Amino acid sequence: MDDLIAAIRIKGMRDGLLVSLPEGGWDEQSAVLLAQIDAQQAFFEGARLALDVGSQVIKVNEMVELRDRLSERHVSLWAVISESPATEQTTQLLGLATRVSKPRPEEQQSIDAGPISQETALYVNRTLRSGTRVEFPGSVVVLGDVNPGAELVVQGSAIIWGRLRGAVHAGSAGDAEAVVCALEIAPMRLQIAGEILQSPAGNPEGRPGMALIRDGSIVLEEWQPAGTGQA
Amino acid sequence: MTAQVITLSSGKGGVGKTTAVANIAVALATEGVKVVCIDGDIGLRNLDVVLGLENRIVYDIVDVIEGRCKLRQAMIRDKHLPELHLIPAAQTRDKTAVSPSDMVRICNELRPDHDFILIDSPAGIERGFRNAIAPADRVFVVTNPEVSAVRDADRVIGILEAEEKRGPALIINRVNPILVKQNDMLSAEDVLDLLGIPVIGIVPEDQTVIVSSNHGTPVALDPRSRAGQAFRNIAKRLRGQEVPFMGMEKQGGLWDRLQKMTGRR
Repeated sequence: MDDLIAAIRIKGMRDGLLVSLPEGGWDEQSAVLLAQIDAQQAFFEGARLALDVGSQVIKVNEMVELRDRLSERHVSLWAVISESPATEQTTQLLGLATRVSKPRPEEQQSIDAGPISQETALYVNRTLRSGTRVEFPGSVVVLGDVNPGAELVVQGSAIIWGRLRGAVHAGSAGDAEAVVCALEIAPMRLQIAGEILQSPAGNPEGRPGMALIRDGSIVLEEWQPAGTGQA
Repeated sequence: MTAQVITLSSGKGGVGKTTAVANIAVALATEGVKVVCIDGDIGLRNLDVVLGLENRIVYDIVDVIEGRCKLRQAMIRDKHLPELHLIPAAQTRDKTAVSPSDMVRICNELRPDHDFILIDSPAGIERGFRNAIAPADRVFVVTNPEVSAVRDADRVIGILEAEEKRGPALIINRVNPILVKQNDMLSAEDVLDLLGIPVIGIVPEDQTVIVSSNHGTPVALDPRSRAGQAFRNIAKRLRGQEVPFMGMEKQGGLWDRLQKMTGRR
């Protein structure tokens, strides 16, 4: 279940949140989505949700049930995006939208300016392996490594209690205050806001470090325990 | 008895899945354990060639699934080892001829009469791979000490974790101690460091493997082959024996690490 929760992709858009569900049966998917919402009530409260269900066929009563259970949680389902014509018909039958506009960068920033990225973090309790992509409109804490071939795209900061060897983009909506911390920083690609780390060689000793933007470019700093070095 | 179903998978092709399945199966059968191998690579079968049984195939797994024969009829007995059987893949069909539930059903039918069922997964992470891991109790991920193979193994392990196939173990195949020493190859330790799962076997590079595969006599039958010894050790570990990893080189700290990974002290 935890794996599936992490497989849910949540994107901030002009019109609300776009949620992509992991592969699996509908019962499991909707249970996972509701569990995720229950776990982060403050984040989802009052949200407008668009659901991307891929090619899955969803019956009218299933969609109605999900809509009702979402509204119990003060989340409104306004669109269901599907590749299946049958599901699209169902969606239209319920008076929901079947298309959403692509998120535009300036709109993403407006979400980022809100309290979400400051207050809410997604906790990922596993190693992100090759082929995994985690996107989140806030900060993310990973308990595990980020392996080569994995991608972490967050609008806030990325805190990795493990080795960073994959790709990470913090402040993906333009927040230049975002930072990337890891016990060992040897990324394939490291971006903060619009900046890319020029020589992603990492800290060779494999000591804990932090990447941040200073004077318009990304610098890597070794982490100093409080009281022994800089503040 | 009820058989343990083990699938060997890798993501990347050519790392030695089929060779490993054939050799582990042969090593188990030599010890008198009842083993069935299933070739999961529908359309590109070759486990039959490595085992030297290609000219005995009458029915294959798709014939079983589509009801043209009984399961017993598709099981080919090995030439030398009476405890070893092969269920070959169909060569003229593709992966869509088999579904994950077909694999589960076939394995359930085989379980009561055998000790181990080894499934050779096709390369990739698509349908054929899903079929192969569906019935698995354990999955062994085969990799080479190469960056690309390790990356693919990592992806496969990620999928296994998402599917809640617990406890995958690693077989590192074709390790060349000389290249490792010269820092021209990833060491077993580097591979473990990245993948972070227990290791069940480390197989040295050995030219006799290719020759014996072509002859259809797996190296596990050759008492002098180092690769054969490594596969025999995997078979012993599968049966619950504690076998130290072969001293293929002094890489300092590796063996401590291996022992930690395998949970031995």
